[in-house]
Amino acid sequence: MCRVVDLRQAVLAKNDERAVGLRGRLAEHGTVALNLMSSPGSGKTALLEVLLERALERGVTAAAVTADLATENDARRLAASGAPVKQVLTDGLCHLEAGMLSRHLDGWLPEGTRLLFVENVGNLVCPASYDLGETSRIVLGSVTEGEDKPLKYPSAFGLANLVVITKTDIAEAVEFDGPAFHRHVQQVNPGVPVLETSARTGAGMDGLLDLLLEAADGAPVHQPALAHQHQQHMHNHDEAAHDGDEEPHHPAAVPT
Amino acid sequence: MHELSIALAIISQVEDAARRRGSAAVAEVRVRIGELAGVVPDALTFSFELAREGTLLADAGLEVEIVPARARCPSCAVETLVGVPPDLWCSHCGEPLSQLLAGRELEIAEVVLEDAGTQGGTQGRGDGRSGGSGGSEEEAEHVPGR
Repeated sequence: MCRVVDLRQAVLAKNDERAVGLRGRLAEHGTVALNLMSSPGSGKTALLEVLLERALERGVTAAAVTADLATENDARRLAASGAPVKQVLTDGLCHLEAGMLSRHLDGWLPEGTRLLFVENVGNLVCPASYDLGETSRIVLGSVTEGEDKPLKYPSAFGLANLVVITKTDIAEAVEFDGPAFHRHVQQVNPGVPVLETSARTGAGMDGLLDLLLEAADGAPVHQPALAHQHQQHMHNHDEAAHDGDEEPHHPAAVPT
Repeated sequence: MHELSIALAIISQVEDAARRRGSAAVAEVRVRIGELAGVVPDALTFSFELAREGTLLADAGLEVEIVPARARCPSCAVETLVGVPPDLWCSHCGEPLSQLLAGRELEIAEVVLEDAGTQGGTQGRGDGRSGGSGGSEEEAEHVPGR
């Protein structure tokens, strides 16, 4: 005998639940998390080096968690800024999850941290599905990557609260079609703010930091259309969230 | 390619649901996946078939329903299919489509459970799970097949 059971559980309900918990915990300590996402090599670490430095110059307490499949190179680079930095080795996993981030913050995140930068694994596919309890999800695209990147990775760009174009100092040399990139971003995420930056020249970096600090102070953050449905789902999931264990993991296939 | 993570999450939730209902085996799992969920159905099916071994879902089929992405225009109330990649501007009045109605689903809709006693007790490794893996991701589950 078989019976059909109507479950209606969000597959990532556990992660979503943990993300909500983490967001709340961070808020209690006056910390906002910023989730940085991009392909490998788009310049997340270079951008963070400058952001951390400038935040400290302004007297803003900032810290960073950087995730990679392997090596502690990024943490070493970022630590040069003087900010507290933690390397998370995902041991092959292609994305960060809320529970994993939360465990790494336990006992490490310095009290009074205002901005917590989370450098996700370089990958525009998998990390997009996982809420990390961030206040703002920042998706980077470098001028070397092609103007149609937002269309090729609509989940990543479509769920961004903020889009940052990096390496604009070489835009001309690589014949970056800025208007096309902007058009494609707006197609999948109408109204999302897009900032142009260069970590090398410093262009756009103060404006970016201003925006992040405003968000930290409670200024409304752009809400992507794609996130609309997700937020509604958050009210619906039930028992899945109470089922205990970890979201299962797997060694990453190489993201393309 | 996080479909294996997704498959493992599905299996873990369905096993829990089956056990709570006293079922010893799952015959079928029906999932709904939005076309903008960032999950590739073929890759999910492939992962599911690897990951189900040794679980209550060992003989379970996976039925994937693809949910088209739809949005409603807040200005003119027209509902449109936004496609992939999505075009989130109203083709009718040109306003941004701020409300996605469907297309991001990643949910277990239904499961077909075999009633206890009708199957020869596929215990699997299910019972070991409550032992707790409160530890780090380093000790998380790896690709099954053990």
